Amino acid sequence: MNPNRSLRLVWVYPDLLSTYGDRGNALVLERRAKLRGIPAEIIEVNSDEPVPRDGDIYLMGGGEDLPQTLATKRLMADGGLHAAAQNGAVVFAVCAGYQMLGTEFGGADDMPVQGLGLLDMRSGRGEKRAVGEIVADVDPALNVGQLTGFENHQGVTRLGPHARPLARATLGTGNGDGTEGAYAGRVLGTYLHGPALVRNPNLADLLLHWATGPLPPMSPQSEELVNRLRQERLAAVTPSS
Amino acid sequence: MRARVATTVGSAAATVSRLAGKGDGSVIGGIIGLRLAPDLLSLLAAGRQVVLVTGTNGKTTTTKLITAALAPLGGEIASNIYGANMEAGLTSALSRAPDARVAVLETDEKYIPAMIKATQPKVVVLLNLSRDQMDRAAEIWLLARRWREAIGNAPGCRVVANADDPLVAWAASSAQQVTWVAAGQRWREDSWCCPHCGAHLQRNGDDWSCKECGHRRPPVSWILDGDEVIDPTGRPTRLDLALPGRANRSNAVIALAVAEAFGVHISQALGELRKVTSVAGRYTQVQRRGCDIRLLLAKNPAGWLEALDVMAPAPTPILLSVNAQGPDGKDTSWLWDVDFRRLRGRHVLVGGERKLDLAVRLEADEVAFKLVNNIDEAVDAALTVARNLEVLANYTAFQQYRVALGRVQ
Repeated sequence: MNPNRSLRLVWVYPDLLSTYGDRGNALVLERRAKLRGIPAEIIEVNSDEPVPRDGDIYLMGGGEDLPQTLATKRLMADGGLHAAAQNGAVVFAVCAGYQMLGTEFGGADDMPVQGLGLLDMRSGRGEKRAVGEIVADVDPALNVGQLTGFENHQGVTRLGPHARPLARATLGTGNGDGTEGAYAGRVLGTYLHGPALVRNPNLADLLLHWATGPLPPMSPQSEELVNRLRQERLAAVTPSS
Repeated sequence: MRARVATTVGSAAATVSRLAGKGDGSVIGGIIGLRLAPDLLSLLAAGRQVVLVTGTNGKTTTTKLITAALAPLGGEIASNIYGANMEAGLTSALSRAPDARVAVLETDEKYIPAMIKATQPKVVVLLNLSRDQMDRAAEIWLLARRWREAIGNAPGCRVVANADDPLVAWAASSAQQVTWVAAGQRWREDSWCCPHCGAHLQRNGDDWSCKECGHRRPPVSWILDGDEVIDPTGRPTRLDLALPGRANRSNAVIALAVAEAFGVHISQALGELRKVTSVAGRYTQVQRRGCDIRLLLAKNPAGWLEALDVMAPAPTPILLSVNAQGPDGKDTSWLWDVDFRRLRGRHVLVGGERKLDLAVRLEADEVAFKLVNNIDEAVDAALTVARNLEVLANYTAFQQYRVALGRVQ
């Protein structure tokens, strides 16, 4: 990140990729940056506008089949997201946006659509829709801990050798083979939909760390409510021991 | 005869359900009746003039307003006023009113195609489409496509549709007869793109058009303009409703357009609309220990946006309450689609089974609040600063407060 300007959080195509609370990811990153004294701004880029190449973190949300396919085509034609990712920008995508990061995904009527190719993975349509709470243990290399969130998708994703699973699902479906999400370099995606970073502040901080370097701590007071929410949600779906 | 036996057994079950305190009895009767005669709804609808009302928000209120607006026709009107809006609820509403020639039926968005087939409606009302309870509701572009197909296959019915909602307008444009209403669209986050071709829509005030495929806002005959309705002759009339808010003015203009299709003139219909003061407990004023409480129900981001618009100004405290039971949707992600920043500086109380989700959301918008565990704690907190309290809750949270306050109507 350029130290002379604020952290640029680029929300890619909210007009096509924003189904259910996706704004939350931008708001959480902005809040956690600002509480540490890092100035941050959210830049919303609609699908009729060029994607800036100088963002620090790019966010992609969920979408129905048709918008997902349209968004992919426009991002390929635009080239801004690819250029930024090549320059080391962070990319964080959920749900339909996550599928788009791969080399292929299932579009309307499950016809294969060429993806953005930012992650070595392919997605198709599964037998039944995965809807509900999801819990997953993140790759220990990332030092994030447990993920808690909500999934709502019918995708099945298989990773190639150049992408690593983000986590191992202990509750819910995720990629469909026991793994959940994927990452390679600073490109990371998950089936946790909508405001996935809200209940996972460590994941939000990982993205901020990738973009800005080591982070100063936050006051315990500013973390209290979100930690209570995390505990409540995990306790609600975990069998009592 | 089959219809009569099935409805008699069904209505006995409804009475038992009400006496047992299990509910309003508006579904169980229909479920049992449909077991006995699967085509019961078609049998009961035959020979009646049916209005089906659907959309993401405002179905229950608009159904009540249309029923009111049609009162000048005289005679009984069948209606599912408690919001039981799937096949069993519609069946039950018709069986309770065997002599009603007219039926105004709120219908769940997903069931519209099947219900159009079963009831052969005279009028179908399409209010709006926006994100709602994504864990159980269909995706809205898909829903719009299904509406479009169902309406295209029902040449006998008139569609009354909101021209200001691009998804609704696209769905309705397959109909042979449409009354277009400029009913406004406060929430736009689900209609930035053309439902026909996907291009980014050009929007200018309420007008919208697609420069790629030419799909555009149709010419309208009824207009909501601030506090006034402009009828098809171009004459403005003040609405002066008892119900609060822009959304209800919008629902009222739709009701006037439906009344016109039945030959009821605006001058007669509007007087009836003004008498409506509450809808199944919504907008009801109730007193608790000297505190005037008003109950507002909203279930999704578009509904919360409209409800926040009608909140009484400071210093009136506001209780926000969210549950995530089945009928609410088990996913609280939608809270992040609501902009709460306007509540900064207000006295905000937060309740409901998912109060922590709401608390974290408000924290991100820098809105101060106090957590409360029930309506009495909220009243205690409210009385320290005012004599009244505005309550905004989603479905089961609303019902819990309504029960706690004595099943207010």
